[in-house]
Amino acid sequence: MSLFRTLTDKSWEYQGSDTHFSKTRTAAPERIALRFFLGVVGVMFALFITAYFIRMDLEDWRPMPEPLLLWINTLILFISSVTLQWTRMILGRGQRNKLKSGLLAGGILSVGFIFGQLTVWQEMTGAGYYLDTNPANAFFYVLTGLHGIHLLGGLWVWTRASFKVWFGADVEEIRLSVELCTVYWHFLLLVWLVLFALLAST
Amino acid sequence: MAYVPIADQDHALHDPQSFITKYIWSQDHKVIAIQYGTIAILVGLLALVLSGLMRLQLGYPDSFSFIAPSNYYQFITMHGMIMVIYLLTALFLGGFGNYLIPLQIGARDMVFPYLNMLSVWVYLLSVIILMASFFVPGGPTGAGWTLYPPQAISRGTPGADLGIIFMLVSLAVFIIAFTMGGLNYVTTVLQARTKGMTMMRMPLSVWGIFVATILGLFAFPALFVSAVMMTFDKLLGTSFFMPAMVSMGQPLGHSGGSPVLFQHLFWFFGHPEVYIVALPAFGLVSDILSTHARKNIFGYRMMVWAIIAIGGLSFIVWAHHMYVSGMNPYFGFFFAFTTLIIAIPTAIKVYNWVLTLWHGNIRLTVPMLFAIGFIFTFIHGGLTGLFLGNVTVDLPLSDTYFVVAHFHMVMGVSPILVLFAAIYHWFPKITGKMFNVALGKIHFWLTFIGAFAIYLPMHYLGFLGVPRRYYAMGNTEFMPDSAMALNAHITQVAIFVGIVQLIFIVNILWSLFKGKPAGSNPWGATSLEWQTPDTPPKHGNWGPQLPVVYRWAYEYSFPGAKDDFIPQNMPPEDVAMLDGAGKYKGHSE
Repeated sequence: MSLFRTLTDKSWEYQGSDTHFSKTRTAAPERIALRFFLGVVGVMFALFITAYFIRMDLEDWRPMPEPLLLWINTLILFISSVTLQWTRMILGRGQRNKLKSGLLAGGILSVGFIFGQLTVWQEMTGAGYYLDTNPANAFFYVLTGLHGIHLLGGLWVWTRASFKVWFGADVEEIRLSVELCTVYWHFLLLVWLVLFALLAST
Repeated sequence: MAYVPIADQDHALHDPQSFITKYIWSQDHKVIAIQYGTIAILVGLLALVLSGLMRLQLGYPDSFSFIAPSNYYQFITMHGMIMVIYLLTALFLGGFGNYLIPLQIGARDMVFPYLNMLSVWVYLLSVIILMASFFVPGGPTGAGWTLYPPQAISRGTPGADLGIIFMLVSLAVFIIAFTMGGLNYVTTVLQARTKGMTMMRMPLSVWGIFVATILGLFAFPALFVSAVMMTFDKLLGTSFFMPAMVSMGQPLGHSGGSPVLFQHLFWFFGHPEVYIVALPAFGLVSDILSTHARKNIFGYRMMVWAIIAIGGLSFIVWAHHMYVSGMNPYFGFFFAFTTLIIAIPTAIKVYNWVLTLWHGNIRLTVPMLFAIGFIFTFIHGGLTGLFLGNVTVDLPLSDTYFVVAHFHMVMGVSPILVLFAAIYHWFPKITGKMFNVALGKIHFWLTFIGAFAIYLPMHYLGFLGVPRRYYAMGNTEFMPDSAMALNAHITQVAIFVGIVQLIFIVNILWSLFKGKPAGSNPWGATSLEWQTPDTPPKHGNWGPQLPVVYRWAYEYSFPGAKDDFIPQNMPPEDVAMLDGAGKYKGHSE
């Protein structure tokens, strides 16, 4: 059913409760809500990036170096995302025995990513790149910090999903939780790649 | 897969067990709606008092020793911010959105009741933080409701130390609350409609709230981003927005920041915010007009399209708030163009409201009076908007009372009239009691005429060039004595109209306890919320069976039908017809 057809529906012209417009609600509401939430988070990061570009053009901008560790962190987050995707796929095939290890690995890698980012912060402040010395630094800390906070929020949901798995919840429920986590992780990976490209190229 | 409405899928409904879970930590959308509404109205009353204090100072300068210039700016700031965000946004979306969405689409509750409960408590937290700023050293921020840097966080502005921090934190918390609620409203509309309730059968109230919520979800991040960056500038010494400055002979640590960047971000939120408030108002007023004119809404599809078009356009007009900010003049040209385009869908809506009244069987009930009053004030405010949308006209008028009059007419009085209309309209359903009609009519006429008595002269002051934002006008050549007399007059009327609102409060409270039972459908309305088995609706809304919808929400005065309204959930074969009119078949055959 296309949006156009929905919006051109002459709803006053017919009666009855069985219409072709009312048969599409099979998706879990959590999926829809997650999509909108990703939209909201996406807009927020997009606005930060816009502000970044505008601020960058002003003359006091001094770009920051990118330590090697950032590349390693990126790789860790990437593997974490792939692991969750793998978990989701084996769950789809009904292999519950590997589910726990997959889920656990994904979470631990993400925690590793966050510690990696904190280490980068430490390195940078150690090298004299403080938050308030330059707008480039400020953006670096704000963007990495916000991304990390969103990942922490994801980890909270991941913890709840893990509880479900360990204490044997219903398969459908687990499948939905794992799917939502995976989608969110992919999204945060994408955001991170964009942010990293931005930080690395400027 | 067989169709099972989400609300009837077999997981337990969160039935309330005790007083606390029923009325305080409630997950019922109706209780949450009332909590949202009560908090919003209480904080709105405070903002009303603040505006009265401002008017006292303006009408009678140098007469009130307790209003220092810094207090005046604090009153302005808190009045504006509370009214726009903590009252209007919260009451339309948190209040009416929560109450009406599940009832009008035939759901038992929101799809995420727990998140919904969190939303209202986080909203309360944001209000408490905001109120706390009145009691911190230096008082609340006096930066103006737009909080422009650098002055918002520089010495010399009232509340530049702690007040502004409380304000920014409160806004961030509010945005989190709104996002939780907003995800709920959108998902509920998309996923929890009952059998037969297609998108284009939804009442326009739901459409307005739905699209406004989407706007809110995507516009509030801009405010969040600017609040975060300004908090960093203030607390951690960054220079996102702060340029190099010398304050009291001392250079500040900032350098190179861009205040205009803040303005862009702020208004990228700020303009959609106008429609976050206006679209629900448009929706609610459409339903009220149609019900009390006993006639289907004119051009239902157009109304939906216009809501969507306005919502989309509202994201590309923000810089018309910045014509005088020193941005590139070609931007002004572009934004004037997009701004004036919005007049088209808006005018469609106004024409359709008027055409709904045309040949209607108009009943001048209290909600109807307020709804018609809204058409007047909205046209008035909309037309002055056309003036200000043009760069060349805006430049001389921008800093005058003309702007104050314009946006109070279009964004203050108009939505407030709709809120009154909606509260009077749904009060019988929410409480099961009828309000006092005579008091309601007195309230309407005094408020409606009072609004014009306040704001019409303000336009004139604007043409004279009387500047806004000033604590006192002093003696200037271009302001004749008559302008000062007019200012005093405006103050008298404003105080009077402010006091008149007590009639409303008294009416609501008195009717809540002593009002006559209203019955389940006192207005003879078609939409689902009036067809609930209990009034006020009980937990779960619909008893054992969800309603089934057979038609759109505007089947009024159908030719040949016995009653002048046919509820959405009445099966076609049950519709009673007049003798000789044949069987009811709807509009098509």
